[in-house]
Amino acid sequence: MLFELRDVGLDRGGRSVLESFGAEIPAGATAIVGPSGAGKSTLLRLLNRLADPDRGAISYRGRPLDSYEPLALRREVSLVPQLPALLEGTVESNLRYAADLAGERLDVEGTLARAGLDPSFAERDVTKLSVGEQQRAMLARALAQRPAVLLLDEPTSALDHAARDAIEATLAQLRRESDLSIVLVSHDPEQARRLGDRVLEMP
Amino acid sequence: MSTTSIHVELWQVAASLALVALAAAISFWQRADLERDIAVATARSIVQLTLVGYAIKLIFEADTIWLVFLLLAVMVFFGAITARHRADKVPGSFGPLLIALALAGAGTLGLVVALGIFDPTPRYLVPVGGMVIGNAMTASAVALNRLGDEMADARARIEATLALGATAREAAAPTVRRALRSGMIALVDSTKTTGLIFFPGTMVGMLLAGASPTDAVRLQLILLYTLLGSVSISALTATLLAYRNFFTPAAQLREP
Repeated sequence: MLFELRDVGLDRGGRSVLESFGAEIPAGATAIVGPSGAGKSTLLRLLNRLADPDRGAISYRGRPLDSYEPLALRREVSLVPQLPALLEGTVESNLRYAADLAGERLDVEGTLARAGLDPSFAERDVTKLSVGEQQRAMLARALAQRPAVLLLDEPTSALDHAARDAIEATLAQLRRESDLSIVLVSHDPEQARRLGDRVLEMP
Repeated sequence: MSTTSIHVELWQVAASLALVALAAAISFWQRADLERDIAVATARSIVQLTLVGYAIKLIFEADTIWLVFLLLAVMVFFGAITARHRADKVPGSFGPLLIALALAGAGTLGLVVALGIFDPTPRYLVPVGGMVIGNAMTASAVALNRLGDEMADARARIEATLALGATAREAAAPTVRRALRSGMIALVDSTKTTGLIFFPGTMVGMLLAGASPTDAVRLQLILLYTLLGSVSISALTATLLAYRNFFTPAAQLREP
């Protein structure tokens, strides 16, 4: 089992964001759906320890999550947030930053291609990219670390239909050609069914 | 250096209050709503400077280095309290500010004494220490104020960088850099234009007191460079210590 969550609860600002949540997430592609405010994004942040739960227990590959060194865990379980947030510079400098952190050798063209970007994007300034291109650059940056698990928070939320279909095709391709596991949050049940081997509903 | 001195009568000070009245009148006329603040500022400046004047007189007459240290320690403490108000978005800013001001004061005064620029006597250490700590306070307050704003604006980018397995220090580096820069830039800019656009206070004071322009310029240059050192030490120390308070030990961003 990739992740196991038991009775997980988390409060923020005196309000409960997640309460008594339990789930098992196996390897493969899992899509998480639920209404906004259900704590979907919070759940992803718990899985790579950008936040820790106030109650309950989470394990990763059979070991308590908090027994993993957080920085090493985040390179293995990589989160792509909902809103693109690249560092100043070019797309390549962003990929290199991520690869260096993970101690991985960077294949710029190959990594861009896996995220559905052509090689000309390497030299592009991140501030000159469209939102869709920025989201792909974020995906490429995560892939540059060669993670075992990819956590995707609403990867197509800000995109039109064409851009959404392109990202979905990229994710399907990624799934076919590697043993990468994906945990994906979506507000769209149709998309969850298209991309997930299984769908996990949050109340 | 020249030891010429001038005598200022009380009536001369009282007469200068006419300009305070002018400031209050402008504020009243233009409804800037600063009359009360001007009154408070004027009253405080009279009381505070008079008290400090007596304290300095006492210290000069006692001529012991320990009283100087005590006065500078008090300045560091109140400087940190004052700067904390400007850094209200930075959690736990008092400790970093206290250490920053103490290091800036001790470091720069220690260096100018070690280099033989000033004698380690109250006559030099008290006024120079006051300037050093005052400027260090402004610089670290500006730097932490900027740090608080930048950390709030850059939350998404910082968390996305943490998500790549960066340390808190790596994720906050661009923010810390900008905060440090804004703490130092004012003095760097005013050092560039000094003499062209304005005459700095020490030089004005020395010229008024009858010193030769050469001495006034030389002392002013020494003080400007000393202040640059103090401002950089305090802004660097304050930002490097304070940014940590935004993160948990597990490199997570704390909730604002």
